[in-house]
Amino acid sequence: MATTFQTALENLRTTRVWKSIFRRGPAITNRTRSLAVFGNLFLHWLPVKVREKSLRVRAAYYLGSLSLLLFIILVVTGVLLMFYYHPAVPNAYHDMKDLRFVVSNGVFLRNMHRIGAHLMVLLVFWHMFHVFYRGGYKPPHEFNWVVGVVLLLLTLFLSYTGYLLPWDQLAFWAVTVGTNIISAMPIIGSKVRFVALGGNIVGENALLRFYVLHVVILPLLAFLFIGVHFWRVQKDGGLTVRSKDDDGKN
Amino acid sequence: MSDNKQNPALEQMIGKPGVTRRDFLNEITLGALGVAGLGGTALTYQYFSPNVLFEPSSTFRAGNPDLYSVNSVTFLQDQLVYIVRTDAGFYAVSAVCTHLGCITQWKPEANMIACPCHGSKFHRDGKKIEGPAPRPLPHYAINLTADGELQVNKLETIKPDKVLRA
Repeated sequence: MATTFQTALENLRTTRVWKSIFRRGPAITNRTRSLAVFGNLFLHWLPVKVREKSLRVRAAYYLGSLSLLLFIILVVTGVLLMFYYHPAVPNAYHDMKDLRFVVSNGVFLRNMHRIGAHLMVLLVFWHMFHVFYRGGYKPPHEFNWVVGVVLLLLTLFLSYTGYLLPWDQLAFWAVTVGTNIISAMPIIGSKVRFVALGGNIVGENALLRFYVLHVVILPLLAFLFIGVHFWRVQKDGGLTVRSKDDDGKN
Repeated sequence: MSDNKQNPALEQMIGKPGVTRRDFLNEITLGALGVAGLGGTALTYQYFSPNVLFEPSSTFRAGNPDLYSVNSVTFLQDQLVYIVRTDAGFYAVSAVCTHLGCITQWKPEANMIACPCHGSKFHRDGKKIEGPAPRPLPHYAINLTADGELQVNKLETIKPDKVLRA
């Protein structure tokens, strides 16, 4: 059975379709293994070679990868929630209630998105603290540290814009208070608040603006910066590993 | 490269010696892009500032003055305004806390206006007693309509010593 499968796989590898997709031989030498990563759009920003010690749990507790995993979960559940949600008054609140009580498995998806978002803020902060206390911001990682700070801000903005979307009392007052903090800026404060809300009060324009930011603009920016962040880890020579963990082997 | 050579006619035209055709084209291109960028920013800002708002009207009628007894504070929930009647007359005080925009409440038993969010407290004329609020509650313009009703304009704030004689 195993040999039949192996033969079938080997036959498959000789087909023109397979070769046109993978464009390399079997990954049996270091060169072909590297080519497997280089030649793949989804893998090319990962390191071709990693030090064994940077794969240990204690190297980074996988905090960055877990944040990425949560981001992917949030994108998937968020897109599914969009099928039932209208960013309008008063539909938004009713749609949120429908998702909880009427739509099959809606409450599961909504809570996955909601709790996932809380966890992502927690994990991103945890990741930042870990990198900071490991000295991961030091050269040559300064640029990637700044990219990480941008990603932290994007996470917070995503969290804040998503907070308004259920259109309940908590959402309304959180955004009323939050945008009044904007208007404390000298000179341009009230103008910035007006443009952010699309009006003087947290109303339908504000809901639509926050929705567009939440589902299009901020996720696209996050994708862009996540891509740069991961690619740069590789270019800066991998994870920062504590010298205590450095056993002299590479 | 012929376009890197100095061009006396061009130098004379723009009054700068040593300018090549390439420098000239670079500068004019950058300038054009800068103008287009500034214009684009201005247009985007205008686009994002709505001209028509579907918000409650900022001017409203508060009914006949006789509705309000002397020495009373009445909270108009729809408008978020207190109508205060004293011996001297009427004034209208905003019910929106100047700290972060929460809705304050009139507490008759304590004779003050209190904010539930962060504990700011105000006198009935809007002066701050305590709390994080940075400014007193503003007074809105109030007058009588031709048919004798009170009218408040929330876009116009007036000095707190101005009172509508009744």
